[in-house]
Amino acid sequence: MTIPASALQVRGLRKSYRDVVAVDGIDLEVRAGECFGLLGPNGAGKTTTIEICEGLTTPDAGDVIVLGRRWASDQAALRQRLGIQLQDTQLADKMTVDETLALFRSFYTQGPAVGEVIRLVQLEEKRRARISDLSGGQKQRLALACALVGAPELLFLDEPTTGLDPQARRQLWDLITVFKRAGRTVVLTTHYMDEAEQLCDRVAIMDHGHIIAEGTPDQLMASVDMPPKEPRAHAATLEDVFVALTGRHLREDS
Amino acid sequence: MMNHPLWQLSLMRWREFRREPEAVFWAVMFPILLAVGLGVAFAGGPDPIIKVAASSASLAQALRQDPTLDVAELSAEAARVALREGKVALAVEPGAGSDVVYRYDDTNSDGRTARMRADRAVQRAAGRVDPVAASDALVRDPGSRYIDFLIPGLIGVGIMSNAVWGLGFSIVDARRRKLTKRLMATPMSRTHYLLSYLIWRMVLLIVEIGVPIAFGALAFGVPVRGHWLDIIVLSVLASLTFSAIGLLIASRGRTIESLSGLVNLTVMPMWVLSGVFFSAQRFPAVVQPVIRLLPLTAYIDAMRAVMLQGASLMQFGREILTLTVWLVVSFVLALKLFRWR
Repeated sequence: MTIPASALQVRGLRKSYRDVVAVDGIDLEVRAGECFGLLGPNGAGKTTTIEICEGLTTPDAGDVIVLGRRWASDQAALRQRLGIQLQDTQLADKMTVDETLALFRSFYTQGPAVGEVIRLVQLEEKRRARISDLSGGQKQRLALACALVGAPELLFLDEPTTGLDPQARRQLWDLITVFKRAGRTVVLTTHYMDEAEQLCDRVAIMDHGHIIAEGTPDQLMASVDMPPKEPRAHAATLEDVFVALTGRHLREDS
Repeated sequence: MMNHPLWQLSLMRWREFRREPEAVFWAVMFPILLAVGLGVAFAGGPDPIIKVAASSASLAQALRQDPTLDVAELSAEAARVALREGKVALAVEPGAGSDVVYRYDDTNSDGRTARMRADRAVQRAAGRVDPVAASDALVRDPGSRYIDFLIPGLIGVGIMSNAVWGLGFSIVDARRRKLTKRLMATPMSRTHYLLSYLIWRMVLLIVEIGVPIAFGALAFGVPVRGHWLDIIVLSVLASLTFSAIGLLIASRGRTIESLSGLVNLTVMPMWVLSGVFFSAQRFPAVVQPVIRLLPLTAYIDAMRAVMLQGASLMQFGREILTLTVWLVVSFVLALKLFRWR
């Protein structure tokens, strides 16, 4: 299969809810095989943007091309090639891990066996446990497994580690890294700077529906006027970039 | 087959139902408990013994000749009090000379029955000889008792409640959890999603008709006189109709609270009006046309006739049409309104 050079192209995207402008004319380009991070505080428009790219929300204006196709004409084919994790899905509590993945696997024409995905996300011991009995980290890994079960070319993750403890976050990062190494594309949203620095090849910073900065984490951090770099301890972070651009902290609820 | 999405979705429906003990209770046990409770309360065994009071020893002696009377010998005063309090159905007092006075409420059927029995006993004790010898050949008639009336009504209510509430809850709950939205992010077909609910309803229908009919037959000898195919066709149509109504009710809601309001608004009038517990004929003539347009009335009327009188479904074109119109209108509207995320 030939992978188009660009996995995702977004042009002039706009979306308003009643009187709130959630996304105010953004352009994005995600290259095949890279991990792209959409960084920003709550309410910046990250989820609206990613859900438009996922074909779940219709934009008011703008053009979205996913894996060389458009949602309006190629919905069925596109769904087979994407893996999607939504921000706060609660899967059916009464179902077990096994049963849930068998259900999701049945929707895709190709992909790994259920047992293989379970092994990948390290839920073997919880195979027969009901979802209501899983911890937050386990639920999040199951949600990722549901997104991986169709062997997607492009993976969308909306705040995959929000609310998890540090160990669970690191476990999830490892899984995303494994997926990335296989040459697949990842688009994720986050409001954690360390997550973006750890996982993302390129990052766009969003605020109030606009993209206010874009580049590799290194480029962005280098772009801020920091006091002369002292060895290690005071290296700039994406947090510094965000503060420099907006005068606010990322984690502040806007 | 095992990996077909429709099979997996149907399994999910089944698992969610089976692993919810309350849902199983309402679907299976509730109609049985209701039938037992109401059946026992209203069955009234054949020829029950009636309590009467007699205010003289000789009258009491005469009345005791009838084994269906339970005679208490009380003073005239105490007998009237007992009558007023409903402890006896009839008070028998000596009148002037050898006359007898029967004191009872003639609007109370026990009172009227007791009066006839008591009079027969008194007259025989005074020497009356019946000119014609009579003996009883008892025929009990299953099919016309209250429990017979009740079972088809309970089946109808069961199908309606489970379809409207069960389906509505499952759909709204999945939407509230954003599970519907998550499924829409996969290649899942919407048709499969809706069909899985239909399959689940059809499986449950076996329980919804089977349990009350089997229980009625075993515990009370409630007859099934019509053709089983008629019962199945009629019940499948009713289940589809109420499922479509459930789908319509659940087509937009995001909260269980908003759903339960709509469910009650839909279900309660039919509980009362559609002749579940007593004949809908008791309501005034003006509302009869409205009552006949309700889907539950259509089902229960046809089901009672088929089940108890062995009628053919062919005679119930009007009821079938009523159910079909509700089915088509609700389903088309539900599809138009349905919120998939």
